[in-house]
Amino acid sequence: MRLLPYLLAGLVFGFVMIKSEAASWYRIMEMFHFQSFHMFGIMASAIATGLTGVLLLKRYGRILTLDGEPIVIPSKAPGRINYIVGGFIFGLGWGVIGLCPGPIFSLVGMGSIGALIALAGALHGTWLYGCVKNRLPH
Amino acid sequence: MNTMLAWLHAPWPWYVAGPLIGLMVPLMLWIGNRSFGISSNLRHICAITQPRVVEVDFFHYDWREHNWSLVFALGAVLGGFLAGIVFANPEPIALSVAALTMFSYWNVPIGEGFLPPVLFDFTWMSMVVMLTGGVLVGFGTRYAAGCTSGHAITGLSTLQPQSMLAVLGIFSGGLLAAHFITPHLFSLLW
Repeated sequence: MRLLPYLLAGLVFGFVMIKSEAASWYRIMEMFHFQSFHMFGIMASAIATGLTGVLLLKRYGRILTLDGEPIVIPSKAPGRINYIVGGFIFGLGWGVIGLCPGPIFSLVGMGSIGALIALAGALHGTWLYGCVKNRLPH
Repeated sequence: MNTMLAWLHAPWPWYVAGPLIGLMVPLMLWIGNRSFGISSNLRHICAITQPRVVEVDFFHYDWREHNWSLVFALGAVLGGFLAGIVFANPEPIALSVAALTMFSYWNVPIGEGFLPPVLFDFTWMSMVVMLTGGVLVGFGTRYAAGCTSGHAITGLSTLQPQSMLAVLGIFSGGLLAAHFITPHLFSLLW
């Protein structure tokens, strides 16, 4: 039962990935070539909504989580190089296969063979990172 | 009822989809102080499937503590099934004229799916492209500790400077690939 809200949130997220066509290779190429406002509109309105929601949660400090705990916003680990270089490497892949991890999961649900191959690659890439992590600058 | 059904089948405009995605950030905090993001599941899957004999430190942790995240990913898979199969959009994707012109120039036909069929037609070339692209996505998101959801949406919504760096990296890499690699790949693939 404790996990049900996460399942529902994930379901909405996966549904929106497909309905917004953010999971479409064509939309991602269109975005990187600045040929449509669609993807930028999605990102900008998502950030604006997230920002407003987080501000409201902070302002009304008495709001508790479903488990009755005070809300704490987790901060990202310190680092610099890993964020830039890691992001860049991810971006290179994204600009070719047109899929980032969210869409990969939702397309797998659609039975997309292409997304399954990409998922296999992504798992191997994650594994590779785990193996060389200590030798990389962070 | 019919309008409702038509709405579920149709693609959604950015001003509906964007706010719904953005809502995930306060929603996940409210549910249980979780940071909205999906790519860490790739690590959890590695941790689950890691053979006992190899034991890489990075995958040596109790993934059960992150079962909420795996359940979220499972939800995303189910959501994809509902949106893409049960409530599939019968119309072809409505791309901009500029994009359509570019794809015909690239010799990429607009198929029914979300990916050009030439990318997964099981020729060795398409397999190499999809697998290599996937490896870059998996490696990069873990190195950067997040992807579009964790950094561009959650990180920027909570004003984290590290996420700004990640987003700059992501878009530089994406622009480079989409302008200088992908167009040439298709002349090789065909």
